[in-house]
Formats: sequence, structure tokens, C-alpha cells
Amino acid sequence: MPIMNVENLDLGFAGKEVLKNLTIAIQKGQILSILGPNGSGKSTLLKALARNLKPDRGSVYLAGKNIAELSAKVIARTMAVLPQSPEAPKDLTVRDLVEYGRYPHQNWWRSRSATDDTCVDWALVETGLTGMEGRIVSTLSGGERQRVWIAMALAQKPEILLLDEPTTYLDICHQLEIMELLADFNRGHNITVAMVLHDINQAARYSDCVAVLQQGKIFAMGRPEEVITADTLRQVFGVESIVTLDNIGKPVVMITGLTKKRGYKHDSN
Amino acid sequence: MSNRQLSSCHSIRDRGNWRVLILAVFTLLAAGGMILSLTQGALAISLKDIVTAVLYDNSGPNWQVIWNIRLPRTLVGALVGINLALAGAILQGVMKNPLADPHLIGISSGAGLAGVTIMVLFPHKEYLVTPIAFVGAMAAAVIIYILAWKGGIRPVRIILAGVAVSAFLNSGISALMVFYSDRVHGALMWMVGGLSARSWPHIDIILPYTIVGGILALLGARRLNILNLGDDIARGLGLNVEFSRIGLTAVAAMLAASAVSVVGLLGFVGLIVPHAARLLVGSDYRYLLPASAILGVAAVTLSDTVARVAFAPVEIPVGIIMAFVGAPFFLYLLRRDA
Repeated sequence: MPIMNVENLDLGFAGKEVLKNLTIAIQKGQILSILGPNGSGKSTLLKALARNLKPDRGSVYLAGKNIAELSAKVIARTMAVLPQSPEAPKDLTVRDLVEYGRYPHQNWWRSRSATDDTCVDWALVETGLTGMEGRIVSTLSGGERQRVWIAMALAQKPEILLLDEPTTYLDICHQLEIMELLADFNRGHNITVAMVLHDINQAARYSDCVAVLQQGKIFAMGRPEEVITADTLRQVFGVESIVTLDNIGKPVVMITGLTKKRGYKHDSN
Repeated sequence: MSNRQLSSCHSIRDRGNWRVLILAVFTLLAAGGMILSLTQGALAISLKDIVTAVLYDNSGPNWQVIWNIRLPRTLVGALVGINLALAGAILQGVMKNPLADPHLIGISSGAGLAGVTIMVLFPHKEYLVTPIAFVGAMAAAVIIYILAWKGGIRPVRIILAGVAVSAFLNSGISALMVFYSDRVHGALMWMVGGLSARSWPHIDIILPYTIVGGILALLGARRLNILNLGDDIARGLGLNVEFSRIGLTAVAAMLAASAVSVVGLLGFVGLIVPHAARLLVGSDYRYLLPASAILGVAAVTLSDTVARVAFAPVEIPVGIIMAFVGAPFFLYLLRRDA
């Protein structure tokens, strides 16, 4: 059974239809990357999964249950969400922020338990943040800060983690660090990861499954080596490319030029 | 344990101590403010005489002054300080905007128009000022909320709707003042905000709101912390963002409306006291709310004492003193922080 699925989703805002009759299933235990050009609706899809946008039609299911009918805290105990470039209050420490990850497990009559402390410690260890818990989040580097937010999401003890471009604004070393971290959680703790990515090669290397969106619809979905082809890139992104396989048999893309020289690819943007 | 770990644990403990220290200082200030407010005035009465008067001797002139004038006035000041500071702290969190205060959700303009209407058009029904001002304040807050609602509440829409509605209501106040310029003195005093002649009946009005609102505010502290991480993160953590925002705004509206309807449009406390508290104890609402409330008590009682004593026998409205002393102090804190 898929851990999340979306059925016949229509979603638009500002009078524009962004997602059109979209159906997608996220399999448990997988790393799914969502790719697509600007305006294809990939961030919108992630926001719909995270309940940050309400669908006009269609439903989103978490472990078989319609998320519109589940309580916010019940959802948050199964699903953690990391939006693009989140911001914390200026005086928050690493530990403060990671402790907020325990919020869905707490109530006004039971604010903090030993389990909460154990989970926070675990999340700090897993993200390599032990020893930094007293540091102020806003003074950390971009890569460290992103790890703190991921630690907060981990402290929720989710089964699925949704991320919107988790490597944006990071240098290449920190990008890989984040990708490796996510791959570790996926393998080591069986946490399903679904994320929007910009970098096609990173998606190819780290994902079990890739979904390519085009104008609010799924253009192709499947294993990276099936989906990421010169043909897909030409039709969806309007670029010419050479696709080879890397040392572990995943596709590597080298872009060689625009399909239409000196013209603008016509998309809905 | 490495040095780095040691130092980070150390800093967490230090921060805890610092917050407790600041809370203690605020409490001392509040206690000092209340004692000064009781002892100072046209008739200086020592603390010992006050205790004697209240506990043992219910007949002397001291008892009359203390029991009928000073004590209720001090208590009204303290409760108003708590309510306005809490309301401001809550709104700054809910709106994620440092300029948010009870003015923003129409409390002042709503109470102002309602109160001034009574004072100017029906001066013989002055006893209606407090209840009608309360109704006006709540009505303005509800109207702003309805206008800002569009499939949910965005702080920016509330702020803009608040500015527009307040401007509309304020023009009504100005119009009344222009048309009835012979009767504006009382209205003007009330618009600046003052504690003179406030007594036990006013405490009966405001105290229930302080108790209920204060408890609800403290129960909402963790929600405010989560809300401060941004809507998307808060939703991801399982917070019902819309419900929390509406509920907490309603609590702030009740706190501020009850205060404003009793003492008039005391503007300064709700904006600056929470800021000053935040600069000193940080943004964790579990500390920020109590710190704001206590500092609110200190600010109002101290300012009111100055307002009564500084130019005796003339008494100036407490709102003027508060802005005059508080604004430079706040600017100092702001510079120091940067």
C-alpha cells in the first residue's frame, strides 16, 4: 500500500489552474523526487501533500486515510514537512528548535516527557548536531541550519518526510551532505522521503523513483534510468542532452544546449 | 564530554538563569510601582500606616484615602497593565509583526468612537461609557476579522483591514470633536487614557477578563511559539493555524477591550512593554507572556504615580507620562540590541 496517494487533484490559485486531475502514489520506504520546469506545479503538489494548499477537487490520502478528515496532530505524527528556506526567531537555540518537533506528541496537560528528550537527543545525533545544541540557529551556516530543520522534522518521528528543494542556496558539499543524510534516514530508519529537487543529477543518483511534472500533469514517473532520458529532457525542459550511466548505474545528464536555439520555450509561466 | 559540549550546556543554563533574573527584576519593579502608587500622592502615607489602616483600623482618614482611592486605583492600573501588555504580546506573535498592538485590530478606534459618542452626545449617561466602549472595541475587532477573512486569515490582510477600519472610525471621532468642540475636554482626557477616579466598580469590570484572558494566554504560549516558526512549519508540526490565530486574537481583543473601556485609550503599554520584555527575555512565549504582564504592571503603576505627583496638585493623564518616559527607554533598548 502506498504511504501517500493523491487522487484526481485539481488545484489552482489566482484564477490559474496549476494542477490538473493529478494522480500519484508514493510508495512506502522509497525516495521520490519530483522534477519539472518552473511553473510545472511541483512545489504546488508538495504544498497540497503538506496541507499548505487546499485542493479544489480530489483528495490526498495518508496511509489510506483522507488527510482532510484527520486531525492536524495525528497527521504531524506520521508526516513531517520542511518548506523552502524556513526562518526561525532570532534567539532560538538548536535544541529549542529541535524540541518543537515534539509538539505533535504533546498536549497542554503533558508538555514534555522523557520520550521527548530521547527523541530530541536521537535527532541531534543522527544529524551530527550534538555539541551544537546551545548555538543560536540564526548564527549557523546554511548547511548547518538546514540540518537543524531536518533534525526538528526527525524529532517528530515521522514515517514520511516531505521537503521542498532542501539543497537550494547550499554549496555543492553541503548539498551532498543533505542528500546523504536523507538517504541514510531512508535506509536506516525506513523513512519515506518525497522531495522537490532542482538538480536532475542529484535526483537521479539518490531517488528510487522520479516523477516529472509538466504543466500540472505527470509527464513520466518511474525508476530514474527509465524516466530521465534525452527524450524527456527535450520534451519537458526543452534542452538537448547526453545521458550516460554513472558508476552505480544511475543516469547522469550532460546538457548540450537548447532545443530551440535563441527562442523562448513556451510554457505556462 | 568535549569542551564544546560543556560550553553549549553552560550557555543553555545561563540563559535559564538570565530569564529568571529578568523576571525577578520585573517583579521587583512591579512591587515597587504598586507600593509607590499606594504611598505617594497629595497625602504621603507610609507603608506601615497603610498596613495598619487596611488590617486594623477601618476608620481613620488614612483608611479612607487608602481604601477608597489609592488601593483601587493602584489595582486598576496593575490590571490594565497586565491586560494591555498581554494583548500586545499575543498580537505581535499572532501577526508575526513587531508593530502589532491592540490599535491594530481596531480596539482603540472602536472603543474610542463608542466612548466619545456617549461622552459628547449623551453626556448625562456617562455611566454607559465603559460598557459601550467595550462593545465598540469588540465590534471593531470582529469587523476587521470579517473583512480580512478570505478562505483563512493572513496577518497582512488583518493589518491592512485594521488600518482602513481604524482610519474610518477615527474620522468619526474627529468629526464628533469638531462638531461638539465645546464638550471635548472630558473626551480628550479619556482618549489619552487615565486612571483618575477609577475605583472598585472598575475592578469588578476588568478583573474577570484579566483572570480568564491571562489563563487562556498562558495556555496559548506554546501555540504562539509554534506559530512564530511560520505558517507552513506550524502546520507541519500539527498546529491548527487558523483556529489558533482566531482564538488568540479573540483573547487579545477581550483583554485589551476590557482595559481600554475602563481607562481610555492608553496606547503605549500594548506596543512597547512586550517589546521591551522581548528584548530582555527573548521570544519564548512561556517566559515572554509573564514577563510582559509583570512589566505592564510596573509601567502603569510607576507612570501613574509620576502622573499624580510630578506636577501636584495638577494631575496629568498617565498615558502622557508613559509615552514620555517609555519611548526614549525603548529606543535605548533598541539601539543596545542592534
